[in-house]
Amino acid sequence: MGVKLLLEKAHVEGIRTFEVYRREGGYRGVEKVFKTMSPDAVVEEVKKSGLRGRGGAGFPAGMKWSFIAKPEGVPRHLVCNADESEPGTFKDRYLMENLPHLLIEGLIISSFALGSNATYIYIRGEYAWIPDILEHAIAEAKANGFLGKNILGSGFDLEIYVQRGAGAYICGEETALIESLEGKRGNPRIKPPFPAIKGVWERPTVVNNVETLAAVVPIINMGGDEYAKIGVGKSTGTKLISACGNINKPGVYEIDMTISVEDFIYSDEYCGGIANGKRLKACIPGGSSVPILPANLLFKTAKGETRYMNYESLSDGGFATGSMMGSGGFIVLDEDQSVVRNTYTLARFYRHESCGQCSPCREGTGWMEKLLKRLLEGKGKISDIDLLWDIQRKIEGNTICPLGDAAAWPVAAAIRHFRDEFEWYVNNPVESQT
Amino acid sequence: MIRFSEDKMVKVQEIIARYPEGKQKSALLPLLHLAQDTFGGWLDVPVMDYVAELLQIDPIEVYEVATFYSMYNLKPVGKYMFEVCQTGPCMLNGADNIVAYITEKLGIKSGETTADGLFTLKTVECLGACGYAPMMQLGKHYREHLTKEKVDAIIEECRNNAAKNN
Ligand SMILES: NC(=O)C1=CN([C@@H]2O[C@H](COP(=O)(O)OP(=O)(O)OC[C@H]3O[C@@H](n4cnc5c(N)ncnc54)[C@H](O)[C@@H]3O)[C@@H](O)[C@H]2O)C=CC1
Ligand SMILES: Cc1cc2nc3c(=O)[nH]c(=O)nc-3n(C[C@H](O)[C@H](O)[C@H](O)COP(=O)(O)O)c2cc1C
Ligand code: SF4
Ligand code: FES
Repeated sequence: MGVKLLLEKAHVEGIRTFEVYRREGGYRGVEKVFKTMSPDAVVEEVKKSGLRGRGGAGFPAGMKWSFIAKPEGVPRHLVCNADESEPGTFKDRYLMENLPHLLIEGLIISSFALGSNATYIYIRGEYAWIPDILEHAIAEAKANGFLGKNILGSGFDLEIYVQRGAGAYICGEETALIESLEGKRGNPRIKPPFPAIKGVWERPTVVNNVETLAAVVPIINMGGDEYAKIGVGKSTGTKLISACGNINKPGVYEIDMTISVEDFIYSDEYCGGIANGKRLKACIPGGSSVPILPANLLFKTAKGETRYMNYESLSDGGFATGSMMGSGGFIVLDEDQSVVRNTYTLARFYRHESCGQCSPCREGTGWMEKLLKRLLEGKGKISDIDLLWDIQRKIEGNTICPLGDAAAWPVAAAIRHFRDEFEWYVNNPVESQT
Repeated sequence: MIRFSEDKMVKVQEIIARYPEGKQKSALLPLLHLAQDTFGGWLDVPVMDYVAELLQIDPIEVYEVATFYSMYNLKPVGKYMFEVCQTGPCMLNGADNIVAYITEKLGIKSGETTADGLFTLKTVECLGACGYAPMMQLGKHYREHLTKEKVDAIIEECRNNAAKNN
């Protein structure tokens, strides 16, 4: 059994309620902070922990916090990114549904560290039942003096509000999220300035993922140094992985980042092996936007070393032979699945979700979808595969936000590792339609 | 007349109060959700104009937003909307068969509504339930691990509810 810092109590009956959460040791982190720590000391602890952003980019959380601008008389805000829309990712949902008070506790500590008196949770609109769970937890925390005015006599005031999105993947990108929070279309802004300098309502804003903010609770309870001892290298602490696709036990798992990819897939504690006794074909280890890996590069790096479930090891080999940890959305394909079809659904997804501001992304995603569809229908030519390659290269790096890259990478990796499969569709136009 | 009830107006004021003074436009997304739920499941132009008036912003600012987000319906939809996910992870678990089955059973393709106005079928992109695939959203909740039998039962359930409410 690996270390569990976030999900340890997930199965305790009634843990969604304040009473049980508190009885199980909840809100001790808040007490510790308000009684014994300054905001800067909290930031210091998070820095020491080595915690990296769990939203996908892996930026060190403590460093981001220390970058927040503090102009005189201008309010600052913390925004919790609960937009979770990357295909394959459903870990934040699991946290919010099962451990709402863990998130609220993390938000209270983090808001205090950053000096945010009004903190917002921006949650994807489709998770329509979760705001009720969160608002209930917020009301309970408030009734018990952990939220509202003068928390625990500290003089610090905090309100937490939940805002629902309305169906737009792009609103998970932090600057699009900020636009949406301001009541606008989710068009990403050019960075820099980063939100930490100029965010919502032009005020300094820190945007962090749900899991990042929940992890602040164990960090405060155990201390940053102890937290940093878990894991390996720059992959400290534990990480939630949402596993799906053709496996026996899809679900959300907490791992300590020292487990190998092979063990994660085959161990009964985690994925439990490939469903229906089939063989593994490929895996997208970090959410739809990271490169797909064929089985042979998944368990071992190109150098022949064991591949582990952590930031460094998953990206070993770069895009040529590696992938990324991303958002922790682990998608497994069995031997009977078509990589081309899977790539097509992802291309359609990105075309649907492009905000349309940049022409390489707006036009390129549409072209990639069309070409992949044509191949799938047995109407493609070999030159279409080269054209696909060409289009994805023209998108990458030429757009305002990384959605363009996120659309390009899966196509590139699929062609790189499974070109023969694309060619099969060209050479077998009749069979490909079944 | 398009007007929120007094109860709903309390809610409206509460939502606006979440944001700083003068930033009431931030309440636009929540108010559009509330308006859509209140006024028949979609956003007709007069409804959007009413929301603009409540927030003291130009109607165009509301149209811009309403057309951007996929959850706002700009035309009437059936009483029950089956939003079936068809992205990668759901596709790997047979989502296409579920869509085909609903189409066969209800005689509607994606984007269409049954003649009795009860059901709309909509194929959508990943809803964050990939581990519980195939799945659909129905109203505020998700229906997961779908099978043909489950789809039959859901259709039954909707028909019964509709009959009860008439
Ligand atoms: N969880 C999900 O559903 C999804 C996650 N993603 C992930 O998002 C990632 C891309 O996210 P981005 O925010 O564009 O990455 P980014 O690298 O631009 O930023 C990461 C974070 O660090 C902050 N940051 C970086 N440099 C900074 C500086 N100098 N000063 C202050 N703050 C700084 C940013 O504000 C941001 O909060 C992808 O790697 C992808 O894995 C993408 C889609 C969906
Ligand atoms: C297209 C796109 C979608 C994103 N969606 C999400 C998301 O749903 N949830 C999330 O936490 N971060 C998402 N991100 C990353 C955010 O921009 C940002 O890096 C993150 O919220 C920062 O939090 P963290 O440092 O705690 O990871 C997305 C980025 C892009 C480019
Ligand atoms: S890359 Fe795509 S999603 Fe991002 S700003 Fe440009 S058009 Fe919009
Ligand atoms: S792919 Fe269907 S819910 Fe994620």
